[in-house]
Amino acid sequence: METYSTLRQFADSWALLSLFLIFLGVIVWAFRPGSRKTHDDVAKSIFRNDKAPAPADDPKPHVKEA
Amino acid sequence: MWDYLKLVVLGLLALGAAIAANYARDLAYQVNAVTVMLAAGITFLVVLRGMDEVKTVNRNEYMDGVVRAGVIATAFWGIVGFLVGVVIASQLAWPWLNFEALQGMGNFGRLRPLHTSAVIFAFGGNALIMSSFYIVQRTSAVRLWGGNLGWFVFWGWQLVIVLAATGYVLGGTQSKEYAEPVWYVDILITVVWVAFLAVFAGTLMKRKEPHIYVANWFLLAMIITIAMLHLVNNMAIPVSFFGSQSVQVTSGVQDAMIQWWYGHNAVGFFLTAGFLGMMYYFVPKQAERPVYSYKLSIIHFWALIFLYIWAGPHHLHYTALPDWASTLGMVFSVILWMPSWGGMINGLMTLSGAWDKLRTDPVIRMMVVSIGFYGMSTFEGPMMSIKAVNSLSHYTDWTIGHVHSGALGWNGMITFGALYFLTPRLWNRDGLYSLKLVSWHFWLATIGIVLYASAMWVSGIMEGLMWREVDANGYLVNAFADTVAAKYPMNVVRMLGGLLFLSGAVIMCYNLWMTVRAQPAKVTSHAAVPAE
Repeated sequence: METYSTLRQFADSWALLSLFLIFLGVIVWAFRPGSRKTHDDVAKSIFRNDKAPAPADDPKPHVKEA
Repeated sequence: MWDYLKLVVLGLLALGAAIAANYARDLAYQVNAVTVMLAAGITFLVVLRGMDEVKTVNRNEYMDGVVRAGVIATAFWGIVGFLVGVVIASQLAWPWLNFEALQGMGNFGRLRPLHTSAVIFAFGGNALIMSSFYIVQRTSAVRLWGGNLGWFVFWGWQLVIVLAATGYVLGGTQSKEYAEPVWYVDILITVVWVAFLAVFAGTLMKRKEPHIYVANWFLLAMIITIAMLHLVNNMAIPVSFFGSQSVQVTSGVQDAMIQWWYGHNAVGFFLTAGFLGMMYYFVPKQAERPVYSYKLSIIHFWALIFLYIWAGPHHLHYTALPDWASTLGMVFSVILWMPSWGGMINGLMTLSGAWDKLRTDPVIRMMVVSIGFYGMSTFEGPMMSIKAVNSLSHYTDWTIGHVHSGALGWNGMITFGALYFLTPRLWNRDGLYSLKLVSWHFWLATIGIVLYASAMWVSGIMEGLMWREVDANGYLVNAFADTVAAKYPMNVVRMLGGLLFLSGAVIMCYNLWMTVRAQPAKVTSHAAVPAE
């Protein structure tokens, strides 16, 4: 019973708080400056390599020289 | 060397299964043991015959054979599952269909788990496995990791389905809803599922794309969470090594809570997260536009997996479960409405600027209706999890209607969309055999679901009201049998709805078959360039 109370108290205080903070962190990370370019690129990744895998020697096949 | 090891293992497995069949304590176990023996024997022969062949793997090609097999299996088990569904719906409307000669095998109680497992794990499971294998290769730009391990996952899953299905009919069940398979099938599921995780994660780890596309996040979350749920919910001690019966480790309300923690997350991760992975790949591909908002898809993902795991207790309102736990489940279910609708909006808005495709492309129409049903059932679900609503809806047909608007509408329609998307591509055909037949399928399925869901709303609310009706002296007005009699017309409509849905699926199978048989092969672009 004592274990239950301890765990229960931990779950609805520190565990809840840390999970909530992690979740907020994820949202902040998603909206970080400069993420738009990455996200646009990822969203379009499904239109590449449709027929065959990327060639072996080219680690990042789609990234063009800036 | 590797092949010799396989032969030894398969030979021992066949021998062990034969011995187990001999000592079997019950019929379900005996039939399962014989099935395992045959499966091991056939695999033994296949490995033996392939011993001298030089195996070449073309790293410049995707491993699509296993995806093609998955397409066939999905369509096949879909028909089986829907057909059993129509049969048991008829048995509910006309009880004489529980034939005396088939008692103990073909009656409603034995066929019902056959239907639920066939549609969820056989139809839905194969759809998830084949789309995972297709999507992870394309979005990682590498061939599937693990070579024949992908084939092991495919055939292992089919064996699980056959063992579970034959077992249910013969009485081999551990009586946990959606987790009926007995202890040794649970062990096989664990092995196959870990192999599935290895193939999927292995492919992701050697990917050529820098980022992991969001569909893979949903699929990976599905694989990992289902592994965890399966292990915890199936903690059981077999009564005998040679029998199918086992005893659960937990009991009472703890067992009920674990069961519905599993049960609701089977819905949340198998039927939602996994199929959302399909949505995030197939809808943008079919619409030929990237997903509406990639940021929203990230938030959708994390919000969904942070919240879903807590929603289970809403299955146990007004039971021995402590009040705080069921309130917790209710609150999380209601909050869950937000990420669900965020995901729905993201899927639908992917079509913004391409809405005209709805008029010309019945496949995208199917996907859009599927997302619509996702939105509808993720609104209905949180509402039903509220205690006051649940006191009316629980144990009635309303729950069945809710499950089917989600399963037929969301899971069924998105899977049909994926099958229509994949078949011409996997068999290199120039488009589908007939778009008109896709339209037929679309309308039959949609009308079928609408009939089904509305019949169950009427029937469920009626049941709930009849059960709680009391007269001036506080006595219950209706006997249980009165509600059964009153449900007859709705049960007939439900059966008709299911029949329409099944007919649509049969038309789809014909259409896919003819796509492979009769459509001309797609001419690759460089072949069309005239020689100069």
